[in-house]
Amino acid sequence: MSTSTDTIEEVVKSEYKYGFYSDIDTESAPPGLNEGIIRFISDKKNEPEWLLEWRLKAYRHWTTLQEPKWQKADYPKIDYQDIIYFAAPKSLADGPKSMDEVDPKILETFEKLGIPLHERMRLAGVAVDAVLDSVSVGTTFKKQLGEVGIIFCSFSEAVQEHPDLVKKYLGSVVPYTDNFFATLNSAVFTDGSFCYIPKGVRCPMELSTYFRINAAKSGQFERTLIIADEDSHVSYLEGCTAPMRDENQLHAAVVELIALDNAEIKYSTVQNWYPGDENGKGGIYNFVTKRGVAKGNNSKITWTQVETGSAITWKYPGVILQGDNSVGEFYSVALTNNYQQADTGTKMIHIGKNTRSTIISKGISAGHGQNSYRGLVKMLKGATNARNYSQCDSLLIGDQCGAHTFPYIEVKNSSAQVEHEASTTKVGEDQIFYCNQRAIPTQDAVNMIVNGYCKDVFQQLPMEFALEAQALLSVSLEGSVG
Amino acid sequence: MKEAIITIKNLSAAVEGRQILKGINLTIYPGEMHAIMGPNGSGKSTLAAILAGREGYDITGGEVIYCGQDLLALDPEERACEGVFLAFQYPVEIPGVNSTYFLKTAYNEIRKHRELPELDAMEFLTFVKEKVKLLHLPEDLLQRPVNYGFSGGEKKRNEIFQMAVLEPKFAILDETDSGLDIDALKIVSQGVNALKRPDNAQLVITHYQRLLNFIVPDFVHVLTDGRIVKSGGKELALELEETGYDGMIHAAAVPA
Repeated sequence: MSTSTDTIEEVVKSEYKYGFYSDIDTESAPPGLNEGIIRFISDKKNEPEWLLEWRLKAYRHWTTLQEPKWQKADYPKIDYQDIIYFAAPKSLADGPKSMDEVDPKILETFEKLGIPLHERMRLAGVAVDAVLDSVSVGTTFKKQLGEVGIIFCSFSEAVQEHPDLVKKYLGSVVPYTDNFFATLNSAVFTDGSFCYIPKGVRCPMELSTYFRINAAKSGQFERTLIIADEDSHVSYLEGCTAPMRDENQLHAAVVELIALDNAEIKYSTVQNWYPGDENGKGGIYNFVTKRGVAKGNNSKITWTQVETGSAITWKYPGVILQGDNSVGEFYSVALTNNYQQADTGTKMIHIGKNTRSTIISKGISAGHGQNSYRGLVKMLKGATNARNYSQCDSLLIGDQCGAHTFPYIEVKNSSAQVEHEASTTKVGEDQIFYCNQRAIPTQDAVNMIVNGYCKDVFQQLPMEFALEAQALLSVSLEGSVG
Repeated sequence: MKEAIITIKNLSAAVEGRQILKGINLTIYPGEMHAIMGPNGSGKSTLAAILAGREGYDITGGEVIYCGQDLLALDPEERACEGVFLAFQYPVEIPGVNSTYFLKTAYNEIRKHRELPELDAMEFLTFVKEKVKLLHLPEDLLQRPVNYGFSGGEKKRNEIFQMAVLEPKFAILDETDSGLDIDALKIVSQGVNALKRPDNAQLVITHYQRLLNFIVPDFVHVLTDGRIVKSGGKELALELEETGYDGMIHAAAVPA
């Protein structure tokens, strides 16, 4: 009877027009993966012997592994010999000389997403004047951080400047044997962030990759390590709402977080990698291993994520609740539109006493998207008084998409309590028509309903990030008509 | 002679190939309240849906002129901006969307259309508090998601509350009395009556006469099988109570 299903279909069709163009530099490695390439990478980065050995052990282990097949996401076979594992940083001289040369559609997206003006130039690849750079926001913050002893730099820099810290913690949360993609990452990781917060220090600002000066485009095999020493506190923001395109299709990052006694780490991600076209062609594969260990007593780790991009999102940011009274939290909004696929969730492993975990996962499926929540709540024998609360909600927009839930609960302690709630709702024609009859246009109605649905998660995000996330969701759900 | 608010000329409509409306003719002038009564399946709610702009209906004939415009050519949100309001028979729930935020958005869309300044959250809240009292709605209702967890009576009262806030030119009340007890009915009726003005009009759709004791119409039309078979003043409703729909149809069918 109703042709309004078409209305909803039109509304969720998204337009994603963005592209970076680059030439391959002669300083890059040839495609392929073997010990020689690993040595090349390590040599290029001037790494110490122990790190080269670690990479080689990982590579040798990787050659014995089979790629996993249990996920609910289909993709064509990846040829690992057809990837360039080391690309020299791109020259900005080939980029646009000024904003006038930048595609107006890109500028329009920046406008819609509310990207600060000074960031737009950097994101568009326009070479920033050297004079401007020296008085940039980044420099000021770095000084502030230095004053309190916070180390925040690129991973490569940390290997040079703080090798002991890196050596102590690298692989302590995600060992190189962990899984196929983490093993690959351990062998060929390029760069990422390193952060160390000293005892008793509360980081005075939200750390974000924006502030890393000379942040080379490390995209493909990013490695990040964050250590919060006793009684410290840090909030870290990864990614940006601006649509990111990369000629490298496979992104296999590893993030390790360590929180010692009474320390707290909040790690927020906004991910808008190119999701592929409306027919499901192209798009980034985002296969990420993220894990934190709440090692100390009374420590706390919170993961928040807003995932709207990538053709395939495959990640389970988790927390190992080792310390007594430790807390793990996971707040997520994951959107799949057109032909995107997501198999994402979290793992909460309760080991210490009186540990607590909270999981709030909001999946949104639109178009032909397939969205799966896969979560593990595991309480070991010694996890006295462990508590978990999980809420997994799915929102379906239109009638061609899918939402799936795979909760795993393993409890080995009789004093533990686990609560799991799940709901599935549909944005119906009736709701849209009700809004229309109250003068609210369809696109605004969908945005309003989706925002209301994601409220619980957005409340957990750092403030400006929450506003950006709302804008990002509405852009991602934009129709091609008005 | 005042210009009519709405003129329905020979309107015919079908759903999935089945003819529901078979030539409706109706003109409503400013300051008038018309009632449409009819048995189940007569096409009352179809008429309301078509006037409000719901998709899924095939207009097979006729036209609707609203304030000089072709109503059927406008999107539902455009019609709302032009002052058309439908009090739904079954108001839908919208979890997660705050009622006040929803209403403020609606209100400001209409203000924007009329090139009037929009109200911010504080201004809107003050404006709205008076109207809440008029409909005897609990104040905490404003904080709840739209219609979520509302009782049947609260949902219907919420429809009239929204009507009080949006101040439409032409309000269609689709079986507003269904599911209401006598007290709720009185409150809703008081609300509707308080909103009558010489420059607006209402179309009340019902199949029970009882509502029309409280909301007294100027004209009553009897709709059966997609046609208006009889029109008259408010006494027609009482007559209908006596004869029933069947009686009236048979009487109408008998040649004069």
